Order: sequence, then structure tokens, then C-alpha cells
Amino acid sequence: MILRKIKQRLAFSTMWIACGMTVAILLVVIGYVIVKGFALINLDFFFTSPRGGLSGEGGISSTIIATVYLVITTLVFATPLGVGAGIFLVEYADNIRSRFAKKLVALARFGVETLAGVPSIIFGLFGYALFVSALHFGFSILSAALAGTCLVIPVIIRTTEEALKAVPDSYREASLAMGANKWETIWKVVLPSAIRGISTGIVLSAGRVVSETAIFYVTLGGSYRTPTSLMSSGRTMALHVYYLAMETRAFDKALATAAVLVVLIVVLNLIINSVSRWLST
Amino acid sequence: MIEQTVMRALDFTLYYGDFKALNSINMEIPMNSITAIIGPSGCGKSSLIRSFNRMNDLIANMRTEGRILVDDEDIYSQDVVQLRRKVGMVFQRPNPFPKSIFDNVAYGPRIHGVRDRSRLAAIVEGSIRDAALWEEVRDDLDKSALSLSGGQQQRLCIARALAVEPEVILMDEPASALDPVATLKIEELMGKLKRKYTIVVVTHNMQQAARVSDYTAFMLTDPERSGNLIEFGRTSDIFTKPLDKRTEDYISGRFG
Repeated sequence: MILRKIKQRLAFSTMWIACGMTVAILLVVIGYVIVKGFALINLDFFFTSPRGGLSGEGGISSTIIATVYLVITTLVFATPLGVGAGIFLVEYADNIRSRFAKKLVALARFGVETLAGVPSIIFGLFGYALFVSALHFGFSILSAALAGTCLVIPVIIRTTEEALKAVPDSYREASLAMGANKWETIWKVVLPSAIRGISTGIVLSAGRVVSETAIFYVTLGGSYRTPTSLMSSGRTMALHVYYLAMETRAFDKALATAAVLVVLIVVLNLIINSVSRWLST
Repeated sequence: MIEQTVMRALDFTLYYGDFKALNSINMEIPMNSITAIIGPSGCGKSSLIRSFNRMNDLIANMRTEGRILVDDEDIYSQDVVQLRRKVGMVFQRPNPFPKSIFDNVAYGPRIHGVRDRSRLAAIVEGSIRDAALWEEVRDDLDKSALSLSGGQQQRLCIARALAVEPEVILMDEPASALDPVATLKIEELMGKLKRKYTIVVVTHNMQQAARVSDYTAFMLTDPERSGNLIEFGRTSDIFTKPLDKRTEDYISGRFG
């Protein structure tokens, strides 16, 4: 009797410690970056471009623009592809009769699983070989967004799949029994019910694009000028942090940029959370 | 008096893969009446009712033999959308969409092409009134359907089915997830609805079948576990002078 109680206590305290450690690590990392970083941040920092060179002078305005530009472009490519593939896998793939098509679907499922675990630099090399070199897109927002699409598509597909599977079959039945066809059922009943889960996948993808460096190092180039078109090279904030830390003397500026990056990711999460909540009511 | 027949099953047999779920069912559903299908669990009554509007099409490896006619037309020779428009369905668990009350009822008409706002509003009001729910929700049409009680949700689902003006409404144990008061309301509603519609209801509650239905079909499984129609007739006859010994055993509560 007493032994069971002790076991229970032990299990609970272990979990408490694990949970506390996780939160502590998070707070220390974010706290360090923000405290150190915010010391250098002022309005000028946001509104001037980096000046280049070893000193690391200047602000981060062009990197903010490049980041936003790249995130939007990537999502424009990745969202329809990823959500579409997710819908296909959950709603249509199981009804396929032909053996060959079934094999293809199984292969696609396996591909999605595998791609999700591939290191981002691999997508970077692929993007460099195909988009930058072979297709002559050069180091550009376009090349980077296409490579980024390959990177985030597995995330969007899997979250879309999970979200669709969570929609009760009784909704589908009710809609079909009203004489709606399959697409009407998906478009008007299933997708609206799954929109929260799907937008979670999109936020995760946006976060991934904001935070990755290696893949964009080899596809976006590293120009600190403000990108003006899809064919412009550029430098995201995460890349800028990398350049500042490794190639200039301005480690403090790297921390400042990192602090802005952290805040941006938190804000991004909050925005899309509230949008999805608004959409689902 | 000979009633008109809306639906007719002719030697209808249903397989799920190798398993024969329904064995050569013959029955006629008379117009403007309530037909109850009763029988113990697993006797095929749900499979049968879901055959009438081809909901079983969703199951892989399903195949059928024999025919079911709706308005003298084979259900498999007509467009499934048109069929389901004529033969609506209410399910065991209330399943309103996570949308407003208005949008739930307007769903069917919108799908079938009604765009005009005032016409939609008229259809929605008429359907909710017919489902005896109007007084309770008239001021809350914009509220989420999920905020209603279980019984109200089920009547909303009935209103949603009525909104496309079906001829037949199939009800698969419509009250089994509801409390007695909500059940009574659904039963009263069915009595009113049969003036305009034909209702087929699956129930495992014999008292309910006796209370609400005009005709009763009794089903039972044979040794191969296939569903068979044992007896079909006026409810008053089935419950007072059943022809088959097995029917008598079941309704007198000796098994099932």
C-alpha cells in the first residue's frame, strides 16, 4: 500500500521536474536573448538597412522585408499544394480501386513521412541545383521560396491530415444524405470544421521559414539590400543573425536581431491563432 | 382501401464483401404513413434503412442484388443526388454542423441552388416550424447549432432534412440518444409529419414502434447471420395477432 503511494509520488515529482526544467530552459534562452538584445534596439535599428562590412553597422530593415516577402511567397506555393495533398490522402485516397494508384498513394504517404525528417540543408542543395542553377532563377526569393516549399509541405500535409481525421464522420454523412456531393461536403462542411488544425500547420510552416538558415544560405544568397522583386537576392533575419555572428564583430547586433526574431515568432503565433479562432466560430 | 406505395424492395440482397447482410427483402412502404423496422441488434435493420438512400455506397466492397424502387424507379438507375433529395435521413446521434442554426437548415437548399435570401429565409422558417422548433429558436437563428440541447439538435436535424422537401424521411433510431421528454417530442413530431411525408423509422424500442407507427416490419437474422424480413403488416396486427411464432416471441419480450 505504502509502496504504491511512493511510486505514485515518485512518478508525479519526476514529471513535475521534467516540466519545470523545460520551462526553465525556455525562459533562460528567451530571457538571455531578449535582455541582451533589447539593449541595442531603437527605432533606427528597425528603419535602416545593414551597411555591410566587418563592423556590422546599420539596422535590419531590409532583412525584415526579405523575411516577410519570403514567408508570404513560400506559403502561397506551399499552402494549396500541402492542403490539397492532405485532402486527397484523407478524403479520396482510400476509395481508389486500381492497384497501381494504391501503390502510388502508399508511396506518397511514405514520402511525406520521410521528407518530414530530412535536414533542411538537403532541400537547400536540391534547391540550389534545380532552381538556382538549372532553371537559372539565381539566388532569389523565388528559388528560396520553392526550396522552402519542399521543406514545409510535409508539415502542412500532416497537420491537414490530422485536422481532417478529427472531423467526425457524422458531419460527412449528414451532408451526403442531404444530396451534397463529395466535393461540396468537403468544401462546405469538412474544411470549415478543420480550419483551425490546418492553420496551425500553416503557422508552423511560417515559423519554419522564419527560423531556417542553411536552406536559404544556398538559395537566397545573402544580399543585405532590400529585395524588390521575386528575382532579388536577399537575407532573412535568421540569416542576418548568422552573418552578424560569424562574419562581423557585431555579436551584440546579432543578439538584437535574434530578440526581434523571437518576438516576431510569438506575434505570428498569436495572430494566426486568433484568426483561426475567428474562422471556426 | 389500397394505399399508394412510395418505396418498394424487390428481392433486395446486400453484401459487405462475402458477408450477406440482408437476404432477399421484399417490402412496400405505403405513402403518408410511418413504417417502423424493429428487431434485435445486428438483424440488419440499419443496413436496410441505409439502403433506401444508398448511404451504404460509402462502404467499400458493398454490392447488392435485387432492386429497390422509389416512385417506381430503381435507385441505382437514378442520380444519387436526386435520390437523396427525395429520400432524406435523420441519424441516431444528432449531428448538426458546427454552423449557425440558420446555416444548418439552409445547407440543403443552398446546395440545390437556392440563392435568393428571402426565399431561403422562408424555407428555413417553414422547415423549423414543421420540426416544432420555431418557438424555441426564432430569436437565435444566428447562434451555433451546437449550443442547443440534444433534443433540440435532433429536431434541427429533422428541420434540415425537411428543407429540401423530401418525399420520404428515413430515421435511424432518432430518439435512442435522447431523454424521455425529448423522445416524446420527436414522436409527436413524427405523427404530425406523416401528413406531408412518408416516414421509415428504425427502432429497437418496441413501445415506440407500437406508439408511433402504422406499419411494422420485424427482422431477424438467420443461422448465417443474414438479416431477413420475418413479418410485415399493420402495426395493430403485428402487435396483437402476429402470424409468425418468432414475431410473437420477440414482441412479448421472450428474447431480443
